[in-house]
Amino acid sequence: MNKKKKKSEFAKLPAGDKVLMLFAYTILGLFLIAIILPVIYIILASFVDPITLQNSGLSFDFSKWTTTAYQRVLSNSQIWVGFKNALIYSILFTIISVVVTLLAAYPMSRADFKGRGFFNTIFVITMFFGGGLIPTYLLIANLNMLDTIWAILIPGAFSVWNMIIARTYYMGIPRDLQEAAEIDGATEMVYFFKILLPVCTPIIATISMWQFVGMWNSYFDAMIYLNSASKQPLQLVLRAILIQSQPQPGMVSDMQSTAARAQLAELLKYATIIISSLPLMIMYPFFQKYFDNGIMAGAVKG
Amino acid sequence: MSKTPVAAAAKGGSKMHNTLVYLRQHWQLYVLFMLPAFALTVIFRYVPMGGILIAFMEYNPIRGILGSEWVGFEHFNRFLSSPDFMRYLMNTLKLSVFGLLWGFPAPILLAFLLNRILSSKIKQKIQLVLYMPNFISVIVLCGIVRIMLAPTGMINMLLGTSTNFMTMPSAFRTIYIASGIWQGAGWASIIYTAALSNASKELKEAAVIDGANIIQQIKAVEWPAIKDTVLIQFIMSVGNIMSVGFEKAYALQTDLNLNASEIISTYVYKKGLLDGDYGFSTAVGLFNTVINVILLISMNALVKKMNDGKGI
Repeated sequence: MNKKKKKSEFAKLPAGDKVLMLFAYTILGLFLIAIILPVIYIILASFVDPITLQNSGLSFDFSKWTTTAYQRVLSNSQIWVGFKNALIYSILFTIISVVVTLLAAYPMSRADFKGRGFFNTIFVITMFFGGGLIPTYLLIANLNMLDTIWAILIPGAFSVWNMIIARTYYMGIPRDLQEAAEIDGATEMVYFFKILLPVCTPIIATISMWQFVGMWNSYFDAMIYLNSASKQPLQLVLRAILIQSQPQPGMVSDMQSTAARAQLAELLKYATIIISSLPLMIMYPFFQKYFDNGIMAGAVKG
Repeated sequence: MSKTPVAAAAKGGSKMHNTLVYLRQHWQLYVLFMLPAFALTVIFRYVPMGGILIAFMEYNPIRGILGSEWVGFEHFNRFLSSPDFMRYLMNTLKLSVFGLLWGFPAPILLAFLLNRILSSKIKQKIQLVLYMPNFISVIVLCGIVRIMLAPTGMINMLLGTSTNFMTMPSAFRTIYIASGIWQGAGWASIIYTAALSNASKELKEAAVIDGANIIQQIKAVEWPAIKDTVLIQFIMSVGNIMSVGFEKAYALQTDLNLNASEIISTYVYKKGLLDGDYGFSTAVGLFNTVINVILLISMNALVKKMNDGKGI
């Protein structure tokens, strides 16, 4: 029934529009294929045996397909250490960052807050100007934070951009809520936690998602600040396997020849990509409802 | 309008008194709400700005900032007169300018295309696929790119060749920009899709009833609806032109494509943290930041002029 209606809608269009519509669908279709094809390719190729893969790429000789890459990656402890660390860092970072950011956004959202202009200037300057890599690194070193989890969690915890977005959202909450609270003699803390935050859950969820995904996916801070293998987050373990072609020792060391080790290292990349992306890809559709309101909140400020 | 000094003083006093009363009433706003963010900003953003002094020193980590020798603009002279300077600057600029040229229109085009999908259910499913690459990490993205472009990878399979793209300096920018569009265009289109769906429905229906075809609809209804968003997004992109991401450029570098892939930020990292040339590295980084700030300020001035005195 519904379909029929759509079809007739398309049929009603003038001829020129029909051509344009087909053109639009084609480009969109090509873009979708360009996104999906590599994913399918990697899934399929992750089962091909290493020698065939190196010599001729993907093959559909199913008798030679193997799950060895998955077994080797999954049985390696460093991957799991990476997963565990990434999860810990991402959760802690999200909590610290969201708390600091939401708190700061509250005074900044109040027109009667004395010093608002001062704080605003102080914060906004840091969006465009900074000391740069070496001075920041030396500071972290002087604070004895090198090779500690704090070097990852603390320096970037306050996000000016997210503060602006939260502030904009607070300002959209009707003032009478606050006036009612003040008449009731509620303190700032009570108003903030009991009244304001509960009506701000969409924006809190959105900011949390950004911070979590951002921490999960980044590698630069961990690369420069963390040295111990036991502290490496997933992305650094992946970097060794995918970019530097240096799989964890245990993954390939039983191979006799250098050539066989190199072939296997190549195959491991495919399985590693699939394994590392799976958790986020499974959770991803559940995030979707937060996308739009987050972007819209950003658009308000522009 | 003359006031006696006494009255003025009394007024000033009551003003100060008012401030004190305000502070006593609202101390929580400062201590509980503002302090954490303020302290983090001062310590981790402003203290390093003081560290910029290193750019004018032969910095010695053991002696620290106070004990190191001043060298004035020597590091800047060394960088600006080195044969590599022009190459790194141009690599950085080309990567971001071409990236902007190709990458900026892509999400707008996508939004227009999505807007033409009649069924909202199908549209939602397409969006789910379009947004997905945004959640892939830089490392995994670059891993995928390397696999796709390997001599036996998918691209060569489709082309029937066996070129090693990752070792070609001439291919680097195309790889960087194309993979950027692959990953980011869908996600970036959200903001335009939202603006388009905010376009007045009545206006659009009226246009359709008047027999406007798609081109006319775009011209009269849809483009005006997103024009402001496009402008703002463009200004912000231009403001970020010198801050090309370190992470992706570094992860796509190979020994053989450095001619095109060495940009200022990767150079700063290598000189500073790998070679330990702190002063020089800080100077190069500062040079980059200053260019960025200049670009931003001039862009803002330009917009103010165009936009009747309203900047960003």
